[in-house]
Amino acid sequence: MASAATTAAPRQSILRSDAAQKLLAFGALILIFAFFSFASPVFFTWENIKGILLATAVNGILALGVTFIIITAGIDLSVGTVMTLCAVMTGVAITNLGLPIPVGILVSLLTGIAAGSVNGFFISRMGIPPFIATLGMMMMARGLALVISGVKPIYFNDAPGFRNLTMGTLVADIPNAVIILFVAAIIAAFILGKTVLGRYAVAMGSNEEATRLSGVNVANWKTAVYALGGFFSGLAGVVIASRLNSAQPALGMGYELDAIAAVVIGGTSLSGGQGTILGTVIGAFIISTLTNGLRILSVPQEWQMVVTGAIVILAVYLDIVRRRRQ
Amino acid sequence: MDTVLVKMEGIDKSFPGVRALINAQFELRAGEVHALVGENGAGKSTLMKILSGIYTKDAGHIYYLGEETEIDGPREAQHLGISMIHQELNLMPHLTLAQNVFIGREPRGALPFMLDERKINAQTEALFERMNLRLNPGTKASELTVAKQQMVEIAKALSFDSQVLIMDEPTAALTNAEIDELFRIIRDLRSKGVGIVYISHRLEELKQICDRITVMRDGQYVDTVDAASIPIDRIISMMVGRTIYESAPELPENRDTETVLEVRNLNRGKELIDVNFSLKKGEILGFAGLMGAGRTEVARAIFGADPVDSGEIYLYGKRVGIHHPRTAVQNGLGYLSEDRKRYGLATGLNVEINNALASMGQFLSSVGVVNDSKMEERAEQYVETLAIKTPSVNQLVKNLSGGNQQKVVIGKWLTADSDILIFDEPTRGIDVGAKSEIYHLLNELAGQGKSIIMISSELPEILRMSHRIIVMCEGRITGELDATEATQERIMTYATMRSVLTDQDDDNHSTDDAAPAAVTVSQK
Repeated sequence: MASAATTAAPRQSILRSDAAQKLLAFGALILIFAFFSFASPVFFTWENIKGILLATAVNGILALGVTFIIITAGIDLSVGTVMTLCAVMTGVAITNLGLPIPVGILVSLLTGIAAGSVNGFFISRMGIPPFIATLGMMMMARGLALVISGVKPIYFNDAPGFRNLTMGTLVADIPNAVIILFVAAIIAAFILGKTVLGRYAVAMGSNEEATRLSGVNVANWKTAVYALGGFFSGLAGVVIASRLNSAQPALGMGYELDAIAAVVIGGTSLSGGQGTILGTVIGAFIISTLTNGLRILSVPQEWQMVVTGAIVILAVYLDIVRRRRQ
Repeated sequence: MDTVLVKMEGIDKSFPGVRALINAQFELRAGEVHALVGENGAGKSTLMKILSGIYTKDAGHIYYLGEETEIDGPREAQHLGISMIHQELNLMPHLTLAQNVFIGREPRGALPFMLDERKINAQTEALFERMNLRLNPGTKASELTVAKQQMVEIAKALSFDSQVLIMDEPTAALTNAEIDELFRIIRDLRSKGVGIVYISHRLEELKQICDRITVMRDGQYVDTVDAASIPIDRIISMMVGRTIYESAPELPENRDTETVLEVRNLNRGKELIDVNFSLKKGEILGFAGLMGAGRTEVARAIFGADPVDSGEIYLYGKRVGIHHPRTAVQNGLGYLSEDRKRYGLATGLNVEINNALASMGQFLSSVGVVNDSKMEERAEQYVETLAIKTPSVNQLVKNLSGGNQQKVVIGKWLTADSDILIFDEPTRGIDVGAKSEIYHLLNELAGQGKSIIMISSELPEILRMSHRIIVMCEGRITGELDATEATQERIMTYATMRSVLTDQDDDNHSTDDAAPAAVTVSQK
């Protein structure tokens, strides 16, 4: 009798932890969808849902990278402005230098990886706390984006195919930007679950000292995680430049906070060791669905921010309550 | 058999404020179990951490199979075939057991950066089988008891095919049945020519399992002897050397005074189960138990640092609700954490400020300005009475030695007029000389009518210092002993008295040792 009760215990706690967190976020998304569909006839139409999907693309891609970083118990404040810097570099490559579009994309990705690697170097080699290192990078990237672009937007009018990268449709009526987000998410989930990099990200977040004592080169792997975050910033840079058909150097501030919010709503623990890509994607959708729905209900933009902020706090609080019960 | 695997000579190592190793030496042969003993702070762990690449030596030579070697990091040590099982558990709680065992050297899949999860699990399963461990490789490490986690760490070290295996207090959290299992594994490894360094405080174990014993004291090498022929008291006298506190300090006799603190039915989940005890004025009440037995949890609950599910606390017969450390301090409680640097001191500040930290109110003028001269005066007073070795009260606490840091914490609580002091591992990381000073100080405080709860994992310390001893295991109080009737063996019996229920749910093979535990419970 006693042993029957106790063998059930581990199963119960598994259900309570991972699965429950996913269900919680997913349930919340469905609830929000149901609420807005009920409140407005315009909300649950394909055109509007397409808008939500499109609006999630950039933040979702940024959040993928941030997920890895937060799993290591770190933080990255620079993803937004690094994204802008990447977009500007693409503009320079394609518009100013007249290079082909694939080269422009490559430039953006490499710029992101470079910025992420520098973050990683500051953090793991120089011992600067992630918050400060990436705060510095946030400002530097913003400044560089403005300097390189001459404080003016760079338009892609000479490269007509560039806009189609994200706004065209390959599959049904779904904008390519959304396809890019989903493919990126699948790759991210693969990296997190099936590769060495993902395993070490979790291990470092769970117990960094133990990971180091196990002979893992913590400094290198942590740098790699920040470089991966930079890669996703680079990808987001391409997507946003293509969507706007221009590289807007003044853009980017605030994107990092939306990305962090998406990750946190998705159940990734800020203390490290725990997090899922699926959760992050759901988190990103919750944010853009809320923004979209509130706008349809004519809630002023200022109040939309208040609601999003409250949701972030609620999500983290629910997570804390759940953990305390365990 | 007689191949020398490792030879360490002239090893020096200093940390800020402490000379941890002075010209230390050690030799390990293939196929021997070599015990490394000494009191806390003797330098055993430090020496072995140098061998396993965690610390770098300041001076000295390490020879591996006769060749001089520099070991720059844990990875190099692993490559040489040296692995260490640490005293503190070193698993990643969010990873599965298999993932923990293979961290850093995962079998790769189709592509070099891909993990082969199936292989990781299969190999771990085989490894557990070899060790008779009935654990599922897919379980998360956080779901295991401390003892099981320890077994997993041992499995991890074995999976390296190490030639040198260092075990730092491997039995500290194990039951007798588990210890037997561990010894079986150790003997098996020895017969395969592995050299095993065995650090332990349980001297009676050494006779059972070790071939040679090296004794260290105050960071220095004392002697290496044959385990079979040497009597245990010889080892002890070599360990304590100058017999600094071999004679038990006189305990102040204050037995039949009033009860100052009473704790009734303290409960919190699985961590605290029906904890009941009382503390008398002028008494030193020892709390013994294994790692994770719940002693620190009791202390933190009484002090209001952690919430409880239920329970009552009475001070001087009056029920009090302590839900916050602030209330505890106001009620005259002081808590000296086992982790001084994290919870006890602001190490970046000076002695004077640390001394006043728990009672700033005393040093404020009516307009809320800090009265510096009063603070300094009070700090100087305690520097003198507690014999804190510091050039001045303006010295930063991080520059003091462990013993003197501990005294600063004591001074802090005395400044706050605490009458009930909870010492959590008061001599951890403190060298032998300073240790005896702390002991004298505890006795003096008790003599002055302060009541003391002393949590300690060192049985000799518990036996030497306590009027009464409470033993905990898995969140419950399993025994209470008077100083006159307490022995190491009796404390250990209580400390390993796991509940029948937990034995069954852990696995089946330990049911045989659950039976005697049940008998002892009913005897009591």
